[in-house]
Amino acid sequence: MLRDITLGQYYQTDSVIHRLDPRVKLVATFVFIISLFLVDNFIGYLIAAAFLACMVKISKVPFRFMVKGMKSIVFLLLVAVVFNLFLTPGEPLISVWKLTVTKEGLRLAAMMAVRLVFLIIGSSLMTLTTTPNNLTDGMEKLMSPLKRLHVPVHEVAMMMSIALRFIPILLEETDKIMKAQIARGADFESGNLIKKAKSLVPLLVPLFISAFRRANDLAMAMEARCYRGGEHRTKMKPLIYHRRDRYAYAVLLGYAVVSVYFGRIFTL
Amino acid sequence: MGIIETKKLIFEYIRRDEEGNVEGITRAIDEVDLDIKQGDFVAILGHNGSGKSTLAKHLNAILYPTEGTVWVDGKDTAKEEYLWEIRQNAGMVFQNPDNQIIGQVVEEDVGFGPENMGVPTKEIWERVEESLKAVGMYQYRKHSPNKLSGGQKQRVSIAGVIAMHPKCIILDEPTAMLDPNGRKEVVRAVRALNHAEGITVVLITHYMEEIIHADKAIVMDQGHIAMQGSPKEIFSKVEKLKELRLDVPQVTLLAYELKKRGVALPDGILTKEELIEALSGISHIPWGKAKE
Repeated sequence: MLRDITLGQYYQTDSVIHRLDPRVKLVATFVFIISLFLVDNFIGYLIAAAFLACMVKISKVPFRFMVKGMKSIVFLLLVAVVFNLFLTPGEPLISVWKLTVTKEGLRLAAMMAVRLVFLIIGSSLMTLTTTPNNLTDGMEKLMSPLKRLHVPVHEVAMMMSIALRFIPILLEETDKIMKAQIARGADFESGNLIKKAKSLVPLLVPLFISAFRRANDLAMAMEARCYRGGEHRTKMKPLIYHRRDRYAYAVLLGYAVVSVYFGRIFTL
Repeated sequence: MGIIETKKLIFEYIRRDEEGNVEGITRAIDEVDLDIKQGDFVAILGHNGSGKSTLAKHLNAILYPTEGTVWVDGKDTAKEEYLWEIRQNAGMVFQNPDNQIIGQVVEEDVGFGPENMGVPTKEIWERVEESLKAVGMYQYRKHSPNKLSGGQKQRVSIAGVIAMHPKCIILDEPTAMLDPNGRKEVVRAVRALNHAEGITVVLITHYMEEIIHADKAIVMDQGHIAMQGSPKEIFSKVEKLKELRLDVPQVTLLAYELKKRGVALPDGILTKEELIEALSGISHIPWGKAKE
Protein backbone atom coordinates (compact mmCIF):
# COMPACT_ATOMS: atom_id res chain seq x y z
CA MET A 1 0.00 0.00 0.00
CA LEU A 2 2.76 2.41 0.93
CA ARG A 3 4.75 1.51 -2.13
CA ASP A 4 2.17 3.02 -4.42
CA ILE A 5 3.48 6.56 -4.09
CA THR A 6 5.28 7.23 -7.35
CA LEU A 7 6.69 10.67 -6.58
CA GLY A 8 10.43 10.36 -6.88
CA GLN A 9 10.26 7.05 -8.72
CA TYR A 10 11.94 6.89 -12.07
CA TYR A 11 10.20 4.89 -14.78
CA GLN A 12 12.75 3.28 -17.06
CA THR A 13 11.96 3.59 -20.76
CA ASP A 14 13.29 5.48 -23.74
CA SER A 15 11.37 8.48 -25.03
CA VAL A 16 12.05 12.01 -26.24
CA ILE A 17 10.94 13.32 -22.86
CA HIS A 18 13.33 11.01 -21.05
CA ARG A 19 16.19 12.28 -23.17
CA LEU A 20 15.43 15.98 -22.67
CA ASP A 21 17.76 18.05 -20.55
CA PRO A 22 16.49 18.09 -16.96
CA ARG A 23 16.66 21.88 -16.95
CA VAL A 24 14.08 21.94 -19.74
CA LYS A 25 11.81 19.63 -17.79
CA LEU A 26 12.19 21.63 -14.60
CA VAL A 27 11.41 24.90 -16.32
CA ALA A 28 8.54 23.26 -18.18
CA THR A 29 7.02 21.87 -14.98
CA PHE A 30 7.37 25.26 -13.35
CA VAL A 31 5.77 27.05 -16.30
CA PHE A 32 2.99 24.44 -16.45
CA ILE A 33 2.17 24.86 -12.75
CA ILE A 34 2.12 28.65 -13.06
CA SER A 35 -0.12 28.37 -16.09
CA LEU A 36 -2.54 26.22 -14.07
CA PHE A 37 -2.93 28.95 -11.50
CA LEU A 38 -3.14 31.79 -14.03
CA VAL A 39 -5.79 30.16 -16.14
CA ASP A 40 -9.34 30.62 -14.93
CA ASN A 41 -11.68 29.47 -17.65
CA PHE A 42 -12.73 26.24 -19.26
CA ILE A 43 -10.76 26.66 -22.48
CA GLY A 44 -7.58 27.28 -20.51
CA TYR A 45 -7.96 23.97 -18.69
CA LEU A 46 -8.79 22.21 -21.90
CA ILE A 47 -5.53 23.47 -23.37
CA ALA A 48 -3.62 22.41 -20.25
CA ALA A 49 -5.28 18.98 -20.40
CA ALA A 50 -4.42 18.58 -24.07
CA PHE A 51 -0.81 19.63 -23.46
CA LEU A 52 -0.49 17.27 -20.51
CA ALA A 53 -2.10 14.39 -22.41
CA CYS A 54 0.32 14.88 -25.31
CA MET A 55 3.31 14.90 -22.94
CA VAL A 56 2.11 11.75 -21.16
CA LYS A 57 1.64 10.06 -24.53
CA ILE A 58 5.10 11.08 -25.77
CA SER A 59 6.75 10.03 -22.50
CA LYS A 60 5.60 6.39 -22.98
CA VAL A 61 5.05 6.12 -19.22
CA PRO A 62 1.86 4.11 -18.54
CA PHE A 63 -0.83 6.47 -17.30
CA ARG A 64 -1.63 4.22 -14.34
CA PHE A 65 1.74 5.12 -12.79
CA MET A 66 0.62 8.71 -12.48
CA VAL A 67 -2.78 7.71 -11.14
CA LYS A 68 -1.02 5.61 -8.52
CA GLY A 69 0.80 8.70 -7.28
CA MET A 70 -2.52 10.46 -7.01
CA LYS A 71 -3.94 8.09 -4.41
CA SER A 72 -1.70 9.67 -1.81
CA ILE A 73 -3.22 13.10 -2.27
CA VAL A 74 -6.87 12.05 -2.33
CA PHE A 75 -7.30 13.33 1.21
CA LEU A 76 -5.72 16.69 0.46
CA LEU A 77 -7.84 16.92 -2.65
CA LEU A 78 -11.03 16.23 -0.68
CA VAL A 79 -10.18 18.86 1.91
CA ALA A 80 -9.50 21.46 -0.75
CA VAL A 81 -12.71 20.62 -2.60
CA VAL A 82 -14.90 20.54 0.51
CA PHE A 83 -13.59 23.83 1.87
CA ASN A 84 -13.99 25.59 -1.42
CA LEU A 85 -17.42 24.06 -1.92
CA PHE A 86 -18.96 25.20 1.35
CA LEU A 87 -16.99 28.23 2.40
CA THR A 88 -17.13 30.37 -0.71
CA PRO A 89 -19.66 33.17 -0.37
CA GLY A 90 -21.99 33.79 -3.31
CA GLU A 91 -25.21 32.74 -4.94
CA PRO A 92 -26.65 29.74 -2.99
CA LEU A 93 -27.50 26.58 -4.91
CA ILE A 94 -28.36 23.91 -2.33
CA SER A 95 -28.54 24.45 1.40
CA VAL A 96 -28.38 21.60 3.92
CA TRP A 97 -28.45 22.51 7.61
CA LYS A 98 -25.81 25.24 8.04
CA LEU A 99 -23.88 24.29 4.94
CA THR A 100 -24.56 26.08 1.71
CA VAL A 101 -23.19 25.16 -1.65
CA THR A 102 -22.82 28.24 -3.77
CA LYS A 103 -22.43 28.56 -7.48
CA GLU A 104 -19.07 30.26 -7.03
CA GLY A 105 -18.07 27.57 -4.53
CA LEU A 106 -18.87 24.83 -7.01
CA ARG A 107 -16.82 26.55 -9.66
CA LEU A 108 -13.88 27.16 -7.33
CA ALA A 109 -13.97 23.59 -6.01
CA ALA A 110 -13.96 22.14 -9.49
CA MET A 111 -11.09 24.40 -10.48
CA MET A 112 -9.12 23.53 -7.41
CA ALA A 113 -9.61 19.81 -8.02
CA VAL A 114 -8.52 20.08 -11.64
CA ARG A 115 -5.52 22.21 -10.69
CA LEU A 116 -4.34 19.79 -8.05
CA VAL A 117 -4.80 16.73 -10.23
CA PHE A 118 -2.95 18.35 -13.14
CA LEU A 119 -0.26 19.58 -10.80
CA ILE A 120 0.38 16.10 -9.48
CA ILE A 121 0.31 14.48 -12.90
CA GLY A 122 2.59 17.17 -14.28
CA SER A 123 5.18 16.87 -11.55
CA SER A 124 4.97 13.04 -11.48
CA LEU A 125 5.64 13.13 -15.20
CA MET A 126 8.82 15.05 -14.50
CA THR A 127 10.03 12.70 -11.77
CA LEU A 128 9.01 9.61 -13.73
CA THR A 129 10.99 10.64 -16.79
CA THR A 130 14.05 12.09 -15.04
CA THR A 131 16.43 10.18 -12.81
CA PRO A 132 16.72 11.95 -9.45
CA ASN A 133 20.43 12.46 -10.05
CA ASN A 134 19.64 14.11 -13.33
CA LEU A 135 16.95 16.17 -11.67
CA THR A 136 19.20 17.45 -8.95
CA ASP A 137 21.93 18.09 -11.54
CA GLY A 138 19.43 20.24 -13.36
CA MET A 139 18.47 22.11 -10.21
CA GLU A 140 22.10 22.55 -9.28
CA LYS A 141 22.88 24.05 -12.66
CA LEU A 142 19.77 26.25 -12.72
CA MET A 143 20.49 27.58 -9.27
CA SER A 144 24.27 27.85 -9.64
CA PRO A 145 24.18 31.67 -9.85
CA LEU A 146 23.14 31.56 -6.19
CA LYS A 147 26.57 30.14 -5.31
CA ARG A 148 27.91 33.68 -5.37
CA LEU A 149 25.56 34.49 -2.51
CA HIS A 150 27.12 31.59 -0.56
CA VAL A 151 24.09 29.38 -0.96
CA PRO A 152 25.31 25.74 -0.70
CA VAL A 153 23.73 24.75 -4.01
CA HIS A 154 25.68 21.53 -4.54
CA GLU A 155 25.07 20.32 -0.99
CA VAL A 156 21.34 21.00 -1.22
CA ALA A 157 21.17 19.20 -4.57
CA MET A 158 23.05 16.21 -3.15
CA MET A 159 20.75 16.06 -0.12
CA MET A 160 17.70 16.09 -2.33
CA SER A 161 19.00 13.37 -4.59
CA ILE A 162 19.78 11.18 -1.59
CA ALA A 163 16.39 11.86 -0.03
CA LEU A 164 14.74 10.83 -3.27
CA ARG A 165 16.79 7.67 -3.50
CA PHE A 166 15.82 6.64 0.01
CA ILE A 167 12.08 7.26 -0.29
CA PRO A 168 11.28 3.81 -1.69
CA ILE A 169 13.67 2.12 0.75
CA LEU A 170 12.15 3.84 3.76
CA LEU A 171 8.64 3.14 2.50
CA GLU A 172 9.44 -0.51 2.21
CA GLU A 173 10.87 -0.41 5.70
CA THR A 174 7.73 1.30 7.05
CA ASP A 175 5.69 -1.43 5.45
CA LYS A 176 7.85 -4.08 7.10
CA ILE A 177 7.68 -2.49 10.55
CA MET A 178 3.92 -2.04 10.20
CA LYS A 179 3.46 -5.70 9.29
CA ALA A 180 5.66 -6.79 12.17
CA GLN A 181 3.59 -4.71 14.55
CA ILE A 182 0.28 -5.83 13.08
CA ALA A 183 1.44 -9.41 13.54
CA ARG A 184 1.88 -8.64 17.21
CA GLY A 185 -1.58 -7.12 17.56
CA ALA A 186 -1.00 -3.44 16.75
CA ASP A 187 -4.02 -1.69 15.29
CA PHE A 188 -3.48 1.01 12.68
CA GLU A 189 -6.93 0.89 11.11
CA SER A 190 -9.67 1.50 13.67
CA GLY A 191 -10.48 4.49 15.85
CA ASN A 192 -10.78 8.16 15.04
CA LEU A 193 -8.12 10.34 13.52
CA ILE A 194 -6.37 11.15 16.80
CA LYS A 195 -6.24 7.51 17.78
CA LYS A 196 -4.86 6.58 14.39
CA ALA A 197 -2.22 9.28 14.64
CA LYS A 198 -1.26 8.04 18.08
CA SER A 199 -0.89 4.49 16.84
CA LEU A 200 1.71 5.75 14.38
CA VAL A 201 4.12 6.82 17.13
CA PRO A 202 5.43 3.31 17.81
CA LEU A 203 5.92 3.04 14.05
CA LEU A 204 7.90 6.26 13.76
CA VAL A 205 10.39 5.52 16.51
CA PRO A 206 11.96 2.43 14.89
CA LEU A 207 11.72 4.10 11.50
CA PHE A 208 13.70 7.11 12.70
CA ILE A 209 16.31 4.94 14.35
CA SER A 210 16.79 2.97 11.19
CA ALA A 211 16.87 6.13 9.05
CA PHE A 212 19.66 7.56 11.19
CA ARG A 213 21.57 4.32 11.00
CA ARG A 214 21.25 4.33 7.24
CA ALA A 215 22.34 7.97 7.08
CA ASN A 216 25.41 7.11 9.10
CA ASP A 217 26.28 4.16 6.86
CA LEU A 218 25.70 6.17 3.71
CA ALA A 219 27.85 9.06 4.90
CA MET A 220 30.65 6.60 5.59
CA ALA A 221 30.25 4.95 2.20
CA MET A 222 30.31 8.33 0.46
CA GLU A 223 33.45 9.41 2.30
CA ALA A 224 35.09 6.10 1.51
CA ARG A 225 34.45 6.88 -2.14
CA CYS A 226 36.25 10.20 -1.85
CA TYR A 227 33.20 12.45 -1.62
CA ARG A 228 34.25 15.89 -0.42
CA GLY A 229 31.56 18.30 -1.56
CA GLY A 230 31.14 20.04 -4.89
CA GLU A 231 34.71 21.28 -5.34
CA HIS A 232 36.95 19.45 -7.84
CA ARG A 233 34.05 17.29 -8.85
CA THR A 234 33.54 16.31 -12.48
CA LYS A 235 30.31 15.04 -13.98
CA MET A 236 29.66 11.70 -15.58
CA LYS A 237 26.68 13.19 -17.35
CA PRO A 238 27.36 16.90 -17.78
CA LEU A 239 24.37 18.93 -18.89
CA ILE A 240 24.64 20.16 -22.46
CA TYR A 241 21.74 21.60 -24.42
CA HIS A 242 21.00 19.74 -27.64
CA ARG A 243 18.83 20.70 -30.56
CA ARG A 244 15.84 18.83 -29.10
CA ASP A 245 16.09 20.94 -25.94
CA ARG A 246 15.83 24.13 -27.95
CA TYR A 247 12.76 22.73 -29.74
CA ALA A 248 11.28 21.81 -26.38
CA TYR A 249 11.76 25.34 -25.11
CA ALA A 250 10.00 26.62 -28.24
CA VAL A 251 7.06 24.25 -27.67
CA LEU A 252 6.90 25.33 -24.05
CA LEU A 253 6.87 29.00 -24.98
CA GLY A 254 4.09 28.25 -27.48
CA TYR A 255 2.08 26.50 -24.80
CA ALA A 256 2.59 29.34 -22.29
CA VAL A 257 1.45 31.99 -24.75
CA VAL A 258 -1.57 30.02 -25.96
CA SER A 259 -2.56 28.97 -22.45
CA VAL A 260 -2.38 32.46 -20.96
CA TYR A 261 -4.01 34.05 -23.97
CA PHE A 262 -7.00 31.71 -24.12
CA GLY A 263 -7.17 30.98 -20.44
CA ARG A 264 -7.05 34.49 -19.12
CA ILE A 265 -7.05 37.33 -21.60
CA PHE A 266 -9.35 35.93 -24.25
CA THR A 267 -12.95 35.57 -23.14
CA LEU A 268 -15.84 34.18 -25.09
CA MET B 1 56.82 -2.90 2.38
CA GLY B 2 53.46 -4.38 1.39
CA ILE B 3 50.45 -2.54 0.16
CA ILE B 4 48.94 -2.50 3.64
CA GLU B 5 50.98 -2.58 6.76
CA THR B 6 50.08 -1.91 10.37
CA LYS B 7 52.40 -1.75 13.31
CA LYS B 8 51.23 -2.14 16.90
CA LEU B 9 47.83 -0.80 15.90
CA ILE B 10 45.63 0.04 18.89
CA PHE B 11 42.16 1.50 18.77
CA GLU B 12 40.08 2.41 21.80
CA TYR B 13 36.43 3.34 22.03
CA ILE B 14 35.55 5.65 24.87
CA ARG B 15 32.24 4.65 26.39
CA ARG B 16 30.23 7.49 27.87
CA ASP B 17 27.13 7.47 30.06
CA GLU B 18 24.12 9.70 29.38
CA GLU B 19 25.74 12.83 30.86
CA GLY B 20 28.81 12.31 28.73
CA ASN B 21 31.11 11.20 31.53
CA VAL B 22 33.68 8.63 30.62
CA GLU B 23 32.43 5.24 31.77
CA GLY B 24 35.27 3.19 30.53
CA ILE B 25 37.53 2.47 27.62
CA THR B 26 37.10 -0.51 25.34
CA ARG B 27 40.09 -1.63 23.40
CA ALA B 28 38.66 -2.79 20.08
CA ILE B 29 42.01 -3.44 18.47
CA ASP B 30 44.98 -4.50 20.49
CA GLU B 31 48.47 -4.36 19.03
CA VAL B 32 47.75 -5.72 15.60
CA ASP B 33 50.60 -6.14 13.13
CA LEU B 34 49.60 -6.77 9.55
CA ASP B 35 51.61 -7.04 6.37
CA ILE B 36 49.60 -7.54 3.21
CA LYS B 37 51.39 -7.83 -0.10
CA GLN B 38 50.24 -6.47 -3.44
CA GLY B 39 48.06 -9.03 -5.23
CA ASP B 40 47.26 -11.09 -2.15
CA PHE B 41 43.82 -12.38 -1.22
CA VAL B 42 43.62 -12.08 2.54
CA ALA B 43 40.64 -13.14 4.61
CA ILE B 44 40.03 -11.78 8.09
CA LEU B 45 37.79 -13.89 10.28
CA GLY B 46 36.30 -13.50 13.68
CA HIS B 47 33.00 -13.68 15.51
CA ASN B 48 30.96 -10.58 16.40
CA GLY B 49 32.88 -8.02 18.41
CA SER B 50 36.29 -9.43 17.56
CA GLY B 51 37.38 -6.10 16.11
CA LYS B 52 37.52 -7.16 12.48
CA SER B 53 35.27 -4.39 11.17
CA THR B 54 37.07 -1.77 13.22
CA LEU B 55 40.31 -2.99 11.73
CA ALA B 56 38.84 -2.68 8.23
CA LYS B 57 37.85 0.92 8.84
CA HIS B 58 41.44 1.77 9.67
CA LEU B 59 42.64 0.58 6.28
CA ASN B 60 40.58 3.25 4.54
CA ALA B 61 41.26 6.12 6.96
CA ILE B 62 37.67 6.17 8.22
CA LEU B 63 39.01 5.55 11.72
CA TYR B 64 42.43 6.64 12.92
CA PRO B 65 44.61 4.61 15.28
CA THR B 66 44.70 5.56 18.95
CA GLU B 67 48.26 4.26 19.00
CA GLY B 68 50.45 2.67 16.39
CA THR B 69 50.53 3.31 12.66
CA VAL B 70 48.76 2.14 9.50
CA TRP B 71 50.40 2.52 6.11
CA VAL B 72 48.48 2.10 2.88
CA ASP B 73 50.75 1.97 -0.15
CA GLY B 74 53.51 3.37 2.03
CA LYS B 75 51.46 6.33 3.26
CA ASP B 76 50.58 6.96 6.88
CA THR B 77 46.76 7.11 7.21
CA ALA B 78 46.94 9.53 10.13
CA LYS B 79 48.40 12.23 7.87
CA GLU B 80 45.68 14.44 6.49
CA GLU B 81 47.43 15.27 3.21
CA TYR B 82 47.26 11.61 2.11
CA LEU B 83 43.60 11.14 3.03
CA TRP B 84 42.07 11.19 -0.47
CA GLU B 85 44.91 9.27 -2.02
CA ILE B 86 44.48 6.55 0.59
CA ARG B 87 40.73 6.38 0.10
CA GLN B 88 41.24 6.07 -3.62
CA ASN B 89 43.92 3.39 -3.28
CA ALA B 90 42.04 1.33 -0.72
CA GLY B 91 38.43 1.04 -1.83
CA MET B 92 35.87 -0.17 0.67
CA VAL B 93 32.71 -2.23 0.27
CA PHE B 94 30.34 -2.32 3.23
CA GLN B 95 27.86 -4.81 4.60
CA ASN B 96 24.48 -3.32 3.78
CA PRO B 97 24.02 -3.04 0.01
CA ASP B 98 21.18 -0.52 0.32
CA ASN B 99 23.15 1.91 2.42
CA GLN B 100 26.09 2.36 0.10
CA ILE B 101 24.47 2.84 -3.28
CA ILE B 102 24.12 6.55 -3.97
CA GLY B 103 22.90 6.59 -7.56
CA GLN B 104 19.38 5.90 -8.71
CA VAL B 105 20.67 4.11 -11.81
CA VAL B 106 23.41 1.47 -11.67
CA GLU B 107 25.82 3.30 -13.99
CA GLU B 108 25.40 6.61 -12.14
CA ASP B 109 26.30 4.92 -8.91
CA VAL B 110 29.43 3.37 -10.37
CA GLY B 111 30.38 6.80 -11.71
CA PHE B 112 30.09 8.43 -8.29
CA GLY B 113 33.64 7.65 -7.14
CA PRO B 114 35.39 8.82 -10.32
CA GLU B 115 33.22 11.97 -10.29
CA ASN B 116 34.45 12.76 -6.80
CA MET B 117 38.02 12.23 -7.87
CA GLY B 118 37.66 14.72 -10.70
CA VAL B 119 38.15 12.23 -13.54
CA PRO B 120 37.26 13.73 -16.97
CA THR B 121 33.79 12.81 -18.29
CA LYS B 122 34.96 10.60 -21.15
CA GLU B 123 37.20 8.56 -18.89
CA ILE B 124 34.42 8.15 -16.31
CA TRP B 125 32.34 6.38 -18.95
CA GLU B 126 35.22 4.08 -19.86
CA ARG B 127 35.83 3.24 -16.22
CA VAL B 128 32.14 2.59 -15.56
CA GLU B 129 31.92 0.26 -18.52
CA GLU B 130 35.05 -1.69 -17.65
CA SER B 131 34.14 -2.02 -13.96
CA LEU B 132 30.59 -3.17 -14.63
CA LYS B 133 31.94 -5.73 -17.08
CA ALA B 134 34.48 -6.92 -14.53
CA VAL B 135 31.72 -7.86 -12.08
CA GLY B 136 29.34 -9.08 -14.77
CA MET B 137 26.72 -6.39 -14.25
CA TYR B 138 27.09 -4.53 -17.54
CA GLN B 139 23.70 -5.57 -18.86
CA TYR B 140 22.07 -4.00 -15.79
CA ARG B 141 23.73 -0.60 -16.22
CA LYS B 142 20.45 1.24 -16.86
CA HIS B 143 18.51 -0.49 -14.06
CA SER B 144 17.41 0.98 -10.77
CA PRO B 145 19.41 -0.53 -7.88
CA ASN B 146 16.17 -1.04 -5.93
CA LYS B 147 15.11 -3.73 -8.38
CA LEU B 148 18.30 -5.81 -8.09
CA SER B 149 18.88 -8.76 -5.79
CA GLY B 150 21.21 -8.44 -2.80
CA GLY B 151 24.10 -10.17 -4.57
CA GLN B 152 23.68 -7.98 -7.64
CA LYS B 153 23.61 -4.85 -5.48
CA GLN B 154 26.86 -5.87 -3.82
CA ARG B 155 28.44 -6.49 -7.21
CA VAL B 156 27.41 -2.96 -8.20
CA SER B 157 29.03 -1.66 -5.02
CA ILE B 158 32.20 -3.53 -5.91
CA ALA B 159 32.10 -2.06 -9.42
CA GLY B 160 31.71 1.38 -7.84
CA VAL B 161 34.91 0.80 -5.95
CA ILE B 162 36.96 -0.61 -8.85
CA ALA B 163 35.95 2.34 -11.02
CA MET B 164 38.21 4.37 -8.74
CA HIS B 165 41.15 2.16 -9.82
CA PRO B 166 42.20 1.16 -6.32
CA LYS B 167 45.24 -0.97 -5.62
CA CYS B 168 43.35 -2.84 -2.99
CA ILE B 169 39.73 -3.52 -2.02
CA ILE B 170 38.56 -4.04 1.53
CA LEU B 171 35.24 -5.83 1.83
CA ASP B 172 33.65 -5.53 5.24
CA GLU B 173 31.31 -8.52 5.54
CA PRO B 174 29.89 -7.99 2.06
CA THR B 175 27.91 -11.21 2.21
CA ALA B 176 26.44 -11.01 5.71
CA MET B 177 23.02 -9.86 4.49
CA LEU B 178 22.81 -12.10 1.43
CA ASP B 179 21.29 -15.49 0.70
CA PRO B 180 23.61 -18.41 -0.20
CA ASN B 181 23.34 -17.75 -3.94
CA GLY B 182 24.12 -14.07 -3.48
CA ARG B 183 27.10 -14.99 -1.34
CA LYS B 184 28.51 -17.24 -4.03
CA GLU B 185 28.00 -14.54 -6.67
CA VAL B 186 29.89 -11.95 -4.67
CA VAL B 187 32.75 -14.25 -3.69
CA ARG B 188 33.13 -15.36 -7.31
CA ALA B 189 33.28 -11.73 -8.47
CA VAL B 190 35.87 -10.89 -5.82
CA ARG B 191 38.04 -13.86 -6.73
CA ALA B 192 37.87 -12.96 -10.40
CA LEU B 193 39.09 -9.45 -9.63
CA ASN B 194 41.93 -10.79 -7.59
CA HIS B 195 42.96 -13.21 -10.32
CA ALA B 196 42.37 -11.23 -13.47
CA GLU B 197 43.15 -7.70 -12.36
CA GLY B 198 45.66 -8.47 -9.64
CA ILE B 199 43.85 -6.26 -7.14
CA THR B 200 44.73 -6.94 -3.53
CA VAL B 201 41.64 -8.17 -1.67
CA VAL B 202 41.00 -8.02 2.05
CA LEU B 203 37.81 -9.95 2.73
CA ILE B 204 36.28 -9.68 6.16
CA THR B 205 33.73 -12.36 6.88
CA HIS B 206 32.44 -14.85 9.35
CA TYR B 207 31.55 -17.45 6.76
CA MET B 208 34.35 -19.97 6.82
CA GLU B 209 33.68 -21.37 3.36
CA GLU B 210 34.51 -17.98 1.84
CA ILE B 211 38.11 -18.07 2.95
CA ILE B 212 38.99 -21.40 1.33
CA HIS B 213 40.44 -19.68 -1.72
CA ALA B 214 42.34 -17.01 0.18
CA ASP B 215 46.14 -16.87 0.11
CA LYS B 216 46.20 -16.09 3.78
CA ALA B 217 43.70 -16.10 6.60
CA ILE B 218 43.82 -14.10 9.80
CA VAL B 219 41.60 -14.98 12.74
CA MET B 220 40.80 -12.16 15.12
CA ASP B 221 39.63 -12.52 18.70
CA GLN B 222 39.06 -9.76 21.23
CA GLY B 223 41.00 -7.23 19.22
CA HIS B 224 44.13 -9.20 18.56
CA ILE B 225 45.28 -11.72 16.01
CA ALA B 226 44.55 -15.19 17.35
CA MET B 227 45.73 -17.27 14.40
CA GLN B 228 47.19 -16.64 10.97
CA GLY B 229 48.37 -18.73 8.10
CA SER B 230 47.10 -20.41 4.96
CA PRO B 231 43.47 -21.60 5.08
CA LYS B 232 44.76 -25.17 5.27
CA GLU B 233 46.81 -24.42 8.34
CA ILE B 234 43.90 -22.61 9.98
CA PHE B 235 41.43 -25.40 9.28
CA SER B 236 43.70 -28.09 10.57
CA LYS B 237 43.22 -26.65 14.05
CA VAL B 238 39.57 -27.51 14.50
CA GLU B 239 39.71 -27.47 18.30
CA LYS B 240 41.19 -23.98 18.38
CA LEU B 241 38.57 -22.68 15.92
CA LYS B 242 35.79 -24.07 18.08
CA GLU B 243 37.33 -22.36 21.05
CA LEU B 244 37.18 -19.07 19.15
CA ARG B 245 33.48 -19.73 18.46
CA LEU B 246 33.94 -20.08 14.71
CA ASP B 247 32.09 -22.55 12.53
CA VAL B 248 34.20 -25.01 10.66
CA PRO B 249 32.96 -25.95 7.14
CA GLN B 250 31.02 -29.22 7.15
CA VAL B 251 33.53 -31.09 4.99
CA THR B 252 36.42 -30.13 7.26
CA LEU B 253 34.41 -31.09 10.32
CA LEU B 254 33.51 -34.46 8.80
CA ALA B 255 37.14 -35.15 7.96
CA TYR B 256 38.12 -34.13 11.46
CA GLU B 257 35.57 -36.45 13.08
CA LEU B 258 36.60 -39.33 10.80
CA LYS B 259 40.20 -38.82 11.72
CA LYS B 260 39.35 -38.86 15.37
CA ARG B 261 37.70 -42.26 14.80
CA GLY B 262 40.90 -43.59 13.30
CA VAL B 263 40.60 -42.93 9.55
CA ALA B 264 44.00 -41.95 8.25
CA LEU B 265 43.22 -38.57 6.66
CA PRO B 266 45.50 -35.56 6.21
CA ASP B 267 44.87 -32.36 8.15
CA GLY B 268 42.95 -29.36 6.86
CA ILE B 269 40.67 -30.82 4.20
CA LEU B 270 38.72 -27.90 2.73
CA THR B 271 36.59 -29.15 -0.16
CA LYS B 272 34.37 -32.09 -0.98
CA GLU B 273 36.71 -33.10 -3.83
CA GLU B 274 39.71 -33.22 -1.53
CA LEU B 275 37.86 -35.40 0.93
CA ILE B 276 36.69 -37.82 -1.76
CA GLU B 277 40.21 -38.08 -3.13
CA ALA B 278 41.70 -38.65 0.30
CA LEU B 279 39.10 -41.26 1.18
CA SER B 280 39.45 -43.20 -2.07
CA GLY B 281 43.17 -43.49 -1.46
CA ILE B 282 42.61 -45.34 1.80
CA SER B 283 42.46 -49.13 1.53
CA HIS B 284 41.10 -49.89 4.93
CA ILE B 285 38.44 -47.83 6.60
CA PRO B 286 37.66 -49.08 10.08
CA TRP B 287 33.87 -48.63 9.77
CA GLY B 288 32.85 -51.41 12.06
CA LYS B 289 35.44 -50.72 14.69
CA ALA B 290 32.88 -50.27 17.46
CA LYS B 291 31.29 -53.68 16.77
CA GLU B 292 34.48 -55.73 16.64
